[in-house]
Amino acid sequence: MIVVALLQAGERYYNASAPVTGWPWLWLTVVKLLVIFTILMVTIAYLTLAERKIAAWIQDRIGPNRVGKGWGQPLADGLKNIMKEETLPDAANKLIFMLAPLLAFTPALITFAVIPFASPLPTRWGYMEMVLADIPIGFLYILAVTSVGVYGIVLAGWSSNNKYALLGGLRSSAQMVSYEVAMGMATVAVLLLAGNVSLPAIVRQQQTMGWNVFPLMIACFVFIVASFAETNRLPFDLAEAESELIAGYHTEYSSFKFSMFFIAEYSNMITAAALTATLFFGGWDIPGTQWDNTPPWTVLKTMVTLGAFLVKTFFFIFLFMWVRWTLPRFRYDQLMALGWKVLLPLVLAYITIIGGAVLALDALGIPRTVQILGMSPYWAILGMLNMVLAVALLILLDRGRLVSPSAARLSSGDLARERAARVTRRAPAPPQGTL
Amino acid sequence: MTIRVKVLEQPVQQTSYVRALLQGMSLTFKHLITTQKKTTQYPEVKDTISRRWRGTHRMLTDENGKAKCVACGLCPQICPANCIKLVPGEDEEGNRYPLVYEIDEFRCIFCGYCQEVCPEEAIHVGRHYENAEYSRAGFVYDLERLTAQTHPVCEMWDPADPKGE
Repeated sequence: MIVVALLQAGERYYNASAPVTGWPWLWLTVVKLLVIFTILMVTIAYLTLAERKIAAWIQDRIGPNRVGKGWGQPLADGLKNIMKEETLPDAANKLIFMLAPLLAFTPALITFAVIPFASPLPTRWGYMEMVLADIPIGFLYILAVTSVGVYGIVLAGWSSNNKYALLGGLRSSAQMVSYEVAMGMATVAVLLLAGNVSLPAIVRQQQTMGWNVFPLMIACFVFIVASFAETNRLPFDLAEAESELIAGYHTEYSSFKFSMFFIAEYSNMITAAALTATLFFGGWDIPGTQWDNTPPWTVLKTMVTLGAFLVKTFFFIFLFMWVRWTLPRFRYDQLMALGWKVLLPLVLAYITIIGGAVLALDALGIPRTVQILGMSPYWAILGMLNMVLAVALLILLDRGRLVSPSAARLSSGDLARERAARVTRRAPAPPQGTL
Repeated sequence: MTIRVKVLEQPVQQTSYVRALLQGMSLTFKHLITTQKKTTQYPEVKDTISRRWRGTHRMLTDENGKAKCVACGLCPQICPANCIKLVPGEDEEGNRYPLVYEIDEFRCIFCGYCQEVCPEEAIHVGRHYENAEYSRAGFVYDLERLTAQTHPVCEMWDPADPKGE
């Protein structure tokens, strides 16, 4: 009933053709802000449940199913965390120790502000863009704000005055700085296609041209790998590394301050997933149709596109969790080698190639919009180029490597020596007929 | 006899991170969607424990409800953890019985020697594991408590029937 009423209400303002301005804009923005914040916090709470459930299922267990059949678990966890004793180490730098959780928490939440999540919503006063802050420097804002998030972790590690926390903080700072480079470079390819850093503009580009994941396959792959590192999750969770560093940078934190780091981690994960969806998977676009991204805007369109956005985002969140419970942690030197010696040169070369291809395609006057067989020729040609590059990458870079050391390629001589060494190392077979 | 160690050949030339990653992901996904879960819903469902399980003690009684123990002193003698306290007594007919018989279940290492050594088959280790108490003192089981236990007792290993058949 509510849905039908909403839909009808939407149809009534069918002709909302101008954006909302003035006071209504302010009030609607405040409402939007509160709604998004609430939904984000609730989602974060339930992501902890989702993570535990997925972990359990992957390990052939059932997972939390006691507090309200499991659905009350996030509430119980939250309540427990708030009621726990707040500890403040004597040797800690008090001010920074208190500040660090805030520094991790705030940027993690405010990054979501620039991500467009649905088609514009028609209202009595005109249509409302479904993005909290449509700032023209959208993506740069995200890069800037997530970098601030590193401070939270580094300062937490340093101010705790604890060797494990310090090591965790150091590792995470090095890691996040390294992978931010690869991440930023991977998005340069997107910017080459979109010609704009504003995220709604990038979504519009993908609506007319097709999703970026096909013409920028390798950039997408690098971006996803880098966002794993950026969110400090397995296989890159060296900042926490329970088996080596107790709990890493938040060893000394308890109670709600610990919760804040936890919220920051999950909120970063949501942002990374939403960003992957936005940059490479069309954001709120529904593939194969132009119905969803052309006016007149209706409430139905907003809801359906919001659904599309949520499906994509939750798919990537699921991917994050799935990978976490599959892969072991990288060694620190492997992590650094992967970041600087593999991903960065790879993505630099990739930008050069894509830049050249974009230049050539533009010079040839290949149209960017959808024309033949529901595909844009520009998109298809770039996609083919990427397929070729991906295959070459798999053959040249990926084959014939041992897991350790991560960057060294075995020459044929080394290979023969390794094999010989293994043969001698093998225990001799027991003589026949003996027990 | 040498221990056979199986050294797996590392497929040096054929390794591919991407393929290995996809293999691992597909494996975990298979486990994710399988409906055969291993969890036992503990308080409601309990796994069966071995017939030779050695848990907290139980003192068996004779037909009059008295403990079978004759206070011979063998169990405190053999106990490697020194957790059995026995003060023997004697009635007017000359029958020995335990005046005090206490087992400190905290000290006990559940080796089952007391059961093995007992000539009267009085003291037994039990097939039981839910022993929570609110105080340390609660873990010193006196004679009254030992005789009041109802859980099944351990079936000791029999050399004539090593596999318990």
